[in-house]
Amino acid sequence: MSTAGLNANRPLSPHLQIYRVTITMAMSIVHRITGVGLYLGTLLLAWWLVAAASGPDYFHFVNRIFGSWIGLVILFLFTWALIHHMLGGIRHLVWDTGHGLGKPARDQLATATLVGSIAITILLWIVGILVR
Amino acid sequence: MAGERIQTPLRRVLYLGSAREGTGHFWRQRLTAVANVPLVIAFVVIVISVAGRPYPVVVDRLGSPLVAAVLLLMVASVTVHMRLGMQVVIEDYIHGEGVRIAALIASTFFTVLIAVVSGVAILKLALGG
Repeated sequence: MSTAGLNANRPLSPHLQIYRVTITMAMSIVHRITGVGLYLGTLLLAWWLVAAASGPDYFHFVNRIFGSWIGLVILFLFTWALIHHMLGGIRHLVWDTGHGLGKPARDQLATATLVGSIAITILLWIVGILVR
Repeated sequence: MAGERIQTPLRRVLYLGSAREGTGHFWRQRLTAVANVPLVIAFVVIVISVAGRPYPVVVDRLGSPLVAAVLLLMVASVTVHMRLGMQVVIEDYIHGEGVRIAALIASTFFTVLIAVVSGVAILKLALGG
């Protein structure tokens, strides 16, 4: 097969840079990024469970790392990613039923995903600090 | 002959298409997503209830039958869900066929590893005492 002209200056289909950023687009991108983050974050979950199962010394060692300021920042972001991905996922389940796809509804759902995830994350950490 | 079907009647009834999967990926993604909602909410409650507690309390709570069962279910549902999600991400962004297949295999190994390591740790907490 001839490969001549494969690199010719052909018209490209429009991609991200050609569209105005909308909240639904941004939340779609964030949904995927938080998904990938949570995928990698399961390493922390497995590590924590292994530590708990390994005995007090190793558990305290891991707890100190999780409890350091960088550890707490990562866990806070992990919480937000978890809640954001969950709310975004519920939004997708609503869309699967054919509802909420109109212009006002989809913008409201996207805004609610963002605002809700931040609010719930902060609330969970306040509760976590209060009950400890 | 024009219009003649190459598919066998069985293939047509199963309706699994050329990838032989049909809506399997979509359906498992949704099924695990629905399962993840209550399981992850329960997980967050569990984590808050043990955060900052002394070691014996943490082990006792994580190892209690109901909590351990919820943790096992969550790990199972989450790892299936994340494998399906990462599969889509890999298929979208990695275009070289060899690298793509290698990445898909690596992702499957990673998710199985997370599932088994977490599962063994939970079972040890529940049964090892």
